[in-house]
Amino acid sequence: MGDIRLMKGNEVIAEAAIRCGCDGYFGYPITPQSEIMETLMIRRPWEETGMVVLQAESEVASVNMLFGGASAGKKVMTSSSSPGVSLMAEGISYIAGAELPALVVNVQRGGPGLGTIQPSQADYFQATKGGGHGDFKLIVLAPSSVQEMNDFVDLGFELAFKYRNPAMILTDGVIGQMMEKVELSEFKPRLTNDQVENKYGNWAATGKKENRERHIMTSLELQSEKQEVHNQKLQAKYKQMEEEDVRFEQIECDDAEFILVAFGVSARISQKAVQILREKGIKAGLLRPITLYPFPTKQIKELTGRVKGFMSVEMNAGQMVEDIKLSVNGEVPVEFFGRMGGIIATPAEIVDAVESKLIGG
Amino acid sequence: MEDTLKIEDIIKPENKVYEKTSVLTNNPTHYCYGCSHGVVHKLVAEVIEEMDIQEDTIGVSPVGCAVLAYNYIDIDWMQAAHGRAPAVATGYKRVSPEKYVFTYQGDGDLAAIGTAETMHAVNRGENIVIIFINNAIYGMTGGQMAPTTMLGQPTSTSPDGRDIELNGYPLKITELLAQLPGAAYVTRQSVHTPGNVRKCKKAIRKAFENSAKNIGTSFVEVVSTCSSGWKQTPEESNKWMEENMFPFYPLGVLKDSERDTADEYLVQKLKK
Repeated sequence: MGDIRLMKGNEVIAEAAIRCGCDGYFGYPITPQSEIMETLMIRRPWEETGMVVLQAESEVASVNMLFGGASAGKKVMTSSSSPGVSLMAEGISYIAGAELPALVVNVQRGGPGLGTIQPSQADYFQATKGGGHGDFKLIVLAPSSVQEMNDFVDLGFELAFKYRNPAMILTDGVIGQMMEKVELSEFKPRLTNDQVENKYGNWAATGKKENRERHIMTSLELQSEKQEVHNQKLQAKYKQMEEEDVRFEQIECDDAEFILVAFGVSARISQKAVQILREKGIKAGLLRPITLYPFPTKQIKELTGRVKGFMSVEMNAGQMVEDIKLSVNGEVPVEFFGRMGGIIATPAEIVDAVESKLIGG
Repeated sequence: MEDTLKIEDIIKPENKVYEKTSVLTNNPTHYCYGCSHGVVHKLVAEVIEEMDIQEDTIGVSPVGCAVLAYNYIDIDWMQAAHGRAPAVATGYKRVSPEKYVFTYQGDGDLAAIGTAETMHAVNRGENIVIIFINNAIYGMTGGQMAPTTMLGQPTSTSPDGRDIELNGYPLKITELLAQLPGAAYVTRQSVHTPGNVRKCKKAIRKAFENSAKNIGTSFVEVVSTCSSGWKQTPEESNKWMEENMFPFYPLGVLKDSERDTADEYLVQKLKK
């Protein structure tokens, strides 16, 4: 039996970071995720594992500290909430361009602008379509429980290092703030430079040795022909992600006629809506994308042949619904139900929307 | 023809007065005639060679003319977003404290867009070296006004000269940084004469040595020329720099923690 606790989602992110052998956390306070850095400062991991924790002067600085730490081949992470992640967009683009592994946690709140400190899923576009300038993608993991907040820290680092690409945990104020039972991961030691090199290759800027060319962590290429080759290499990497690392969960989809598609806390609520619909004799199911990028396009395509329609449930004005429509490609109806402004939908509202928009419509 | 000197007869160990450091690559320079960057690159490379820290030194190149510094100094590098080099250096140094980490930044990068990152890295006393090239203009983008542009100095975005009413005063960022307890060593140098080159090299060497002592940030400003941006010959540039920049940006050591004890006093007082 593992180490089972009752913990807040944000606290678990901090604990999971220490346990998975993270080398450094750089962050700036913002609601509703400040408990992540607060927990780390109370836990003092630098005394236990040697993990560095530093409060930066801004999100702009913390994401660039991430660039520096990642360049050393270290497991480094930051966390923030929506307005702060907008500030990090520049740095994330540079990290993606320079092909560095790093983990960014976005505990979303409502926007635009300063918006609200209440939970939201309105950063789906920003997270899944790159979020900064230039053609790039993040690996985006969407936890829907405190347990997954624990599990996806380690998974996020694994995927970030596998692809040498920034990964994001896209969660929201509900999952960050709620307490649930969680089985914490076993402690893994931090890796040495040699272990990183053996496991993930000799690419980091660890100091130029006599027997190799200098390692330059850069996103700059002044020659168009070479820049295009770099762009093609990135695109090939994203293609590989789409083939190898799509993750999703299906609940009651086998005989379903109507499929709800939802991630994060919306998936938890939609699961209850599916149960109510089933009790009413409506064959409903839930597809929960776990990776928002790469998106489970193939799975939705497969379901399209045997269902009557889909409904996307999101805490925004309708963002993931666009990816569902692209996957369905007009073959069956795709509807949307969402709440904004920090409002959390109720199962009854979702049931009503399914009945009026999808079945009745 | 038999008495003609052969090159092999001249190049003998006993005749050698100068050799390019092996830490500098053989890549052709992209810098303009009269530019100070090449000299400062050479000094950094020589210090790295003399201290035998090539395998342990990581450079952070800026956005600006020196963005391609990694083509010339044969070490591992990081290329930072505009102004963010001190944050990038912080991230690296914190997780790999055994390395020597330096940033190499121009005035636009360090004193305009990167002011916050610069101030806070120095204020935290990051054990890094910051080399600051102040040529009072944006060179790479074609000669626009910089935070350090002199009053009355014409640039492409201040064609009638920098105007106090419109643009405010040139920023003495080095003086500001010298106030911070986190700064261990703050100095202002130039490389326009052989004597100044030697002094500047000493300063860079001291800055790198400080890194290993964990006493805070070492900051070396080099008041520099930009002949292309200033639209002057290299000779005119040196003269213009002496006459216009040195009175406002005087050369010399602004702070040396090993010498000054005022900050240590302050730190002890705050601890109580």
